Amino acid sequence: MMRRGDWTGRAIVDLYEYQGRDLFERHGLPVLAGGVATTPEEARAIAERLGGRVVVKAQVKVGGRGKAGGVKLADGPDEAAARSADILGMDIKGHTVHKVMITQTASIAEEYYLSFLLDRANRTFLCIASVAGGMDIEQVAAETPDKVAKVAIDATVGVNDAKAREIVAAAGFPEEVRDQVETIAVQLWQAFVAEDATLVEVNPLARTTEGTVLCLDAKITLDGNATFRHPEFEALVDQATVDPLEQRAKEKDLNYVKLDGQVGIIGNGAGLVMSTLDVVAYAGERHGGVKPANFLDIGGGASAAVMANGLEIVLSDPDVKSIFVNVFGGITACDEVANGIVQALALLEQRGEEVTRPLVVRLDGNNAEAGRAILDGAANPLVQRVDTMDGAAERAAELAAAGV
Amino acid sequence: MAIWLTKDSKVIVQGMTGSEGSKHTRRMLAAGTAVVGGTNPRKAGQTVDFDGTPLPVFATVADAMRETGADVTVIFVPPQFTKAAVIEAIDAGIGLAVVITEGIPVHDTAAFWAHNVAKGERTRIVGPNCPGVASPGASNAGIIPADITGAGRIGLVSKSGTLTYQMMYELRDIGFSTCVGIGGDPIIGTTHIDALKAFQDDPDTDAIVMIGEIGGDAEERAAEFIKANVTKPVVGYIAGFTAPPGKTMGHAGAIISGSSGTAEAKKAALEAVGVRVGKTPSETARLMREIMSAA
Repeated sequence: MMRRGDWTGRAIVDLYEYQGRDLFERHGLPVLAGGVATTPEEARAIAERLGGRVVVKAQVKVGGRGKAGGVKLADGPDEAAARSADILGMDIKGHTVHKVMITQTASIAEEYYLSFLLDRANRTFLCIASVAGGMDIEQVAAETPDKVAKVAIDATVGVNDAKAREIVAAAGFPEEVRDQVETIAVQLWQAFVAEDATLVEVNPLARTTEGTVLCLDAKITLDGNATFRHPEFEALVDQATVDPLEQRAKEKDLNYVKLDGQVGIIGNGAGLVMSTLDVVAYAGERHGGVKPANFLDIGGGASAAVMANGLEIVLSDPDVKSIFVNVFGGITACDEVANGIVQALALLEQRGEEVTRPLVVRLDGNNAEAGRAILDGAANPLVQRVDTMDGAAERAAELAAAGV
Repeated sequence: MAIWLTKDSKVIVQGMTGSEGSKHTRRMLAAGTAVVGGTNPRKAGQTVDFDGTPLPVFATVADAMRETGADVTVIFVPPQFTKAAVIEAIDAGIGLAVVITEGIPVHDTAAFWAHNVAKGERTRIVGPNCPGVASPGASNAGIIPADITGAGRIGLVSKSGTLTYQMMYELRDIGFSTCVGIGGDPIIGTTHIDALKAFQDDPDTDAIVMIGEIGGDAEERAAEFIKANVTKPVVGYIAGFTAPPGKTMGHAGAIISGSSGTAEAKKAALEAVGVRVGKTPSETARLMREIMSAA
């Protein structure tokens, strides 16, 4: 699934567990043999190949799947097919299960935790390691922080054998698994760097009753900014779970997020658009509780075509009752933006779109006077011009409340 | 005076011959910035004319510094080449590197930052993915429009571009000493704290506006810094009170940061140390106006 980091438009690719398992396997990390299936028949074939007892796990990017019945043991291929049939199509916290992962089983003696991630505060990377792994790791970190080791990693040096020994010692891994965990730490770091990941998390990192250490789960986040050197990232984006309007916006290179209100929002710059959502929500409190219907950042350019695409996306949302176009002309001149709005409305008419919902436009900054004059001259009855951000938000909320 | 960028700053542009680089070189010159040249190894020795100002192209940052005395570089090269460009600037020992380029992999940013640390942090890096640094009336290094506001005594530090412009516009009657757009990437060369420290030490800055956004805990750390180190009045604004929380993957993020990253949590942290926080840009400007008129 592609999601946005901090609303800046930066793409972040979260992997499914099976994609993480595959990635670990490619980098030589110890994982259980397995495969992914979209049908019970495929599940049966995988279970046949693996032999013996297997576990069938729903592939969803949400926690709590075990409690929801999304993880089942199966004795042999027939049962694997039957359990897969039960789990495929299941709804887990609003996520439909389209795929199941089938793996061998392991007899777990102990659960540990190991991850590498960005450390924003220190502008470097961090290793987090603990011998108290498993689902309660956050609680362990909060209540007994000394059980969770945090080791800073120098980006220019990385994780070599010495750093791996430091990690293992800091977390207090038992003697009998130290060598294995050191090797895993080095390999996991190499995967983290090679794949341009911002997070690799193994929880649990398990010791089996036979004494082998295995990566039993994988949470991996990749940096969409690195797609230029990882063209394969595009294929990892999970189209099935992307909102259709968000998908259309993405195809047009627009940073759009669907929300559940009635006032459509179009603006330039992520920070200003986020601020616009706030101002509209406050105004909505005075107008029947209307809220922003979306986040849409058209970026710096705001040409007629970009504006038309933005308006088309926002107008496709039937819940939208009014639209607030909030532009501060920085590099972009407001007269160009105003022309963009006028041409965009004409363009939409040509495309056969019926624009009936009112637009409130606020233009400030570079060439604002000229831009306002263009809007006034066009005299489109649907376009209302208000000169301040607060005033325009108030008007847009009022119009949305009247249209509900 | 101002922080980091003054009328005496000599600026070069890495990527000056590219489309963005040339467009903004022209704008920086028009704003009165002393742009003294640019770099492009394939066009070294050439001269580029910018509306009557001929600027030399050098092969490397080191050459440009030696020939022109440049002490600031503004970087517009594409993301694939940004890491090498920043490392080149660091190795040349330039004082300020403003990285405008967006879309840089965070592993690249981490690498050039670690390189800078290894070299003793001789270079102040602003960005990446930022609008740059502007000292109105004196110099402009980046893409912040120069005509929004004139010089004054407010310092501004912000993660966001257009929100920076909005705030400059709201307070254009008072004016700014320096406006710093630090960028919104996960790893940045200059933080809110670095800018707060510089504004605190700047005799020409009387008060500071700090603009943050949801996510991370940079604002919470800035609040701790303000409590211990900043005596000048600070007004804050956080965008994203009504944005739904982003989903986080795995447990690691929650383990390292105690903060929820919400606008509410950031506002509370800032208010706890005496920073007045506006609910909207206009209210934030009003709070700052009260402070400046009382002074």
